[in-house]
Amino acid sequence: MLRLLLERLAAMPLVALGVVTILFVIFKSVPGDEAAMAAGAMANQAEIEAMRHRLGLDQPLLTQYAGHVLGLLRGDFGYSSTFRGNALWPVLDRVPATLALMASAIGVTILLGVPAGIVAGAGQGGPADHIVSGVVVALLAVPNFWLGLILISLFSVRLGWLPSFGFSGGLSLVIPTAALAARLIALVARLTRGLVIEELRKAYVRTARAKGLRGRTVLLRHVLRNAAIPIVTVIGLQAGYLLGGSIVIERLCAWPGVGDLMLTGVSVRDYPLIQGVTLFFVFGFLLLNLGVELLYRFVNPRLRHG
Amino acid sequence: MAERVRAGHASAQLRVGGVLVGLFVLLGLFGPLIAPYDPAGQDLFATMEPPSAAHWFGADQVGRDILSRIVVGTRTTLAIALAAVTMAVSCGVALGAIAGRFAGMVDRVVTGFVDLMLTIPGLVLAVAIASAVGASATGLTFAITVSFVPPVARLVRGRVMELRGEDFVVAADAVGMRASRVMVRHILPNAVSVIVIEASLLAGQAVLVGSALGFLGLGVQPPAPEWGAMLASARESIEIAPHLVLAPGIAISLLVLAFNLLGDGLRDYFDPNTITS
Repeated sequence: MLRLLLERLAAMPLVALGVVTILFVIFKSVPGDEAAMAAGAMANQAEIEAMRHRLGLDQPLLTQYAGHVLGLLRGDFGYSSTFRGNALWPVLDRVPATLALMASAIGVTILLGVPAGIVAGAGQGGPADHIVSGVVVALLAVPNFWLGLILISLFSVRLGWLPSFGFSGGLSLVIPTAALAARLIALVARLTRGLVIEELRKAYVRTARAKGLRGRTVLLRHVLRNAAIPIVTVIGLQAGYLLGGSIVIERLCAWPGVGDLMLTGVSVRDYPLIQGVTLFFVFGFLLLNLGVELLYRFVNPRLRHG
Repeated sequence: MAERVRAGHASAQLRVGGVLVGLFVLLGLFGPLIAPYDPAGQDLFATMEPPSAAHWFGADQVGRDILSRIVVGTRTTLAIALAAVTMAVSCGVALGAIAGRFAGMVDRVVTGFVDLMLTIPGLVLAVAIASAVGASATGLTFAITVSFVPPVARLVRGRVMELRGEDFVVAADAVGMRASRVMVRHILPNAVSVIVIEASLLAGQAVLVGSALGFLGLGVQPPAPEWGAMLASARESIEIAPHLVLAPGIAISLLVLAFNLLGDGLRDYFDPNTITS
């Protein structure tokens, strides 16, 4: 377990280097003068040249790349023209809001998706199954930002029950969480349903029933335990969707997280800022998957000693 | 979700998905002829009018007919999604085939690159690329394409590696058939079903990503009638004209639903034993 942890953590800087290189290539291959962008729209030629020198943009590309990577090692994420300083700080400022949104989306997914899947799978072909399956198909087709818009129009504008804008206490988490988690809830419900149906056909279930266990006990004690591994996996696989989706949802709800920050960077071509947020997303993705892998071993004793 | 379907039997979802996709393709081809109004035509007396007999889905802030803009916008959305998926599948199949066929260095380099790309969440990559390339239909198509190549490559590589050990491939290799010919004649034809299913599901994802970027202002620019951009402008007036939010979202959802049903239906058609996950 410790070895896996160390191996994965050791690989992360390498992945980060790869991502930084990809972004460097993308941003450098774009037409347009970075120095003029960083200096701002009101800058004159002399100021632009001064900015070019200050950012090292007058150096050869390879020198720029090396300086860029060395800077990252020292914690210098580059000069953000929006925040007039190291791009690392605004990103770190916004991390807690995004983490809160992720955590609540994953929590809601488990609390709603798993029970819905169990109910549907245990009553295969019945009314509950049809309702769950229908909702799943619908949720997988609906764009998350449109769902958010509908919720805002209904619960904020029409009924005035929920805030739709920014962060002001726990209630303001409801709409962004619902919009972000909907797709994941559907995926988990569909998967759980399939697993429950499959497991219920197995011999150990017959044995458990034969020895007189109640249906509910069989489901929760035996079936759910076996279904837990694939469910955890799917949440890990969808971590990328959650992180990417936060960009749209945070903009929609003016949620003060990194996704919204990335779009701020995009609108003024603040590449260090975009890179900083992208690195946060990559690390978020890797850490979530590492967490899933560790959880895996915890849920599945067969892997613990592998 | 049909549970037990015979292979080679077109299920209800396959048929419904196919028909829906077909209808959208017709709208895409003949949209401008079908639309009741000019999608750019402004009727200032109808500004933000709720749904009526004249304007089925109402009219927007400058009095343009929503239905006409949805109908005409179908072509943009479909063209971007289909172009992106076609290009992503071509590149992904090439990369995956090369990686899956050649073990060793080649495989390690390609797989390493694909895995690296996969650590960047798809939408994040698409936003970064769209911001660099610039907001336009071409930039959007490129951004979606690049973010879709890695998953296709990984899928195809896995399938090719599976097939590599099959007797008919080993036999073809043994009789001295060239590697490229074995790939084209024997391996890829057996991977087609997997690729077609993935392409159909990706088309739905492309519609979602495209409209999301349009919503964020990183895709097709107004005043062109694009569903995501229409939702962005509807958001501005959500307090006074909430009905503007409905139609573009329904259009996106229906098109995504169509591609999803088609993809799931195809999966059951080719291989009824897999559990949908």
